[in-house]
Amino acid sequence: MNPSLAVIFLTLFSGSGFGLMAIVALVNDFHIDGGLSPLRTVVAVVLALILVTIGMVSSTAHLANPKNAWRAFTRWRTSWLAREGVFAVLFYPVAITYLGWVFFTNKDQDSVALVLGNASAVLALVTIFCQGMIYACLRTIRQWHTPLVPANFYVLGLALGATLLASIRLMLAGPDRTLIGIALSFLLAAAIMKAIYYFWIGRPSGTTLQTATGLSRGKVRLLDQGHTFGTFLTREFSNSITPIAAVRFKVVVYVVGFMIPAGLLALGLYEPLGILAILAPLSAFIGIGVERYLFFVEAQHVVNLYHGRAPASMPMMHPNLRANPTAEQPPRRLVPSYQKR
Amino acid sequence: MRLGLVIDLDTCVGCHACATACKEWNASSITAPLTDYDPYGQEPSGVWFNRVRHYEVGEYPNNKTINFPMSCMHCENAECVTVCPTGASYKRPEDGIVLVDQDKCMGCNYCSWACPYGARELDHESGTMKKCTLCVDRIYDQELPVEERQPACVLACPAHARLFGDLDDAESTVSRTVRDRGGYALMPELNYNPTNQYLPPRVRPAIATNDLARPSLARKVKEWVNRVVER
Repeated sequence: MNPSLAVIFLTLFSGSGFGLMAIVALVNDFHIDGGLSPLRTVVAVVLALILVTIGMVSSTAHLANPKNAWRAFTRWRTSWLAREGVFAVLFYPVAITYLGWVFFTNKDQDSVALVLGNASAVLALVTIFCQGMIYACLRTIRQWHTPLVPANFYVLGLALGATLLASIRLMLAGPDRTLIGIALSFLLAAAIMKAIYYFWIGRPSGTTLQTATGLSRGKVRLLDQGHTFGTFLTREFSNSITPIAAVRFKVVVYVVGFMIPAGLLALGLYEPLGILAILAPLSAFIGIGVERYLFFVEAQHVVNLYHGRAPASMPMMHPNLRANPTAEQPPRRLVPSYQKR
Repeated sequence: MRLGLVIDLDTCVGCHACATACKEWNASSITAPLTDYDPYGQEPSGVWFNRVRHYEVGEYPNNKTINFPMSCMHCENAECVTVCPTGASYKRPEDGIVLVDQDKCMGCNYCSWACPYGARELDHESGTMKKCTLCVDRIYDQELPVEERQPACVLACPAHARLFGDLDDAESTVSRTVRDRGGYALMPELNYNPTNQYLPPRVRPAIATNDLARPSLARKVKEWVNRVVER
């Protein structure tokens, strides 16, 4: 799939904003490390709203006809994309009311604040679920059609939110032991969930060019794709990376996305980090941004089979199961058919 | 009623007449224009509703070229419609044709992700998704003679490899042909239940090459000269 920046930013930033909102409610509900003060709650909720807004605004950048974007809320009965939009828009008034209540009454532990905070958190969590289901409901893309996708979106969003909140705490030198513990647990859970996902997508899939064309009497190979240069289909769906590059990117995800933030937060338990604590969420955002890039670029749509392309970026796939085991890598630029002859 | 196409892979000669006739008709039809990008330049590209691909099946000498036209399958379980957030994509209950309302589409590409057959293409000029309409503006046109109330691709096909009709009616020509020839749908494992059906190529014995007469000396010399002398 085409790893467009708009969709990478949408899922990365709005996921982290919703995750942060959920963690804020959790911390205030259970007085974790004494709860957040009203001012800190306000700062965290503003940060969450900013992150969600960055995601939502960047998502409109990939629309070819954004003047009709308001219609995207109408088909919530069938479409997960519409549901995501509806819940994201419902999130704003509740979260802003919570923000206003905490700011003007200067109380974040009374019943109104707790109800509003938890309502915002529930809406945030439901939106993350819808966001994951946008991808997980597509049967055409095997790497996405798995319950692991919404599960990954949850742990990654919560890990980003918890890392953000813990690093804010570190900078302000407040009581932070449990908060850092929560952030480390979510980072570990996210790393494990992501590993399960990467092992899962490495397995070969059932759909081949034979079942796609229904020509089961013998080996099928593409002679000509019927167009001289790229089409919408090749631009949108035929992005992929080599298995070696995929492994390198995964190392970056684990080191920059999980290990460096976890190491910095753990260090913060013993040493005052001060402003340096900002490096933990920064590194987590970069690493998980790379993870999101991989999520898109490794997804292989079944229409690629009709263009004679096997899932080439799957390191664990046995060469005999690939459509054209002996063929070398296809040229980057398509060769016009009159030059082939 | 469930209108659709039946495509005969045995007789299709791969001439692309269906694709060009489709482009010609639909370039001025309800979802017009079908924008071309760089049409006379180095990298011509553009919106097409119907694309013909060419495959080779089997190993020499038991191999065969299969020409494979693909357009919208007007699936019964059309996920492109269910995933559409704006309601621009819809399936007509009366005849099962899947269409895109150009006034409602916001160009998010989500329906094209949900389509396993690559039937939907975004027009970057209008910013909307476009797809095969089954020539909905031809097949009901009372001004046309009855025999011309068919999709442009079907009328253009010189090999009669494309049939159009109601696949819900068990006695229609298309339904009988599908029954007789063992017609099948593409990627049934995805459960989209496409309306369009494909008729498999007939199995014919390979043409024997070992019983040919040995070439004469004059023939051998001619072939040698042909190989050596450049044109």
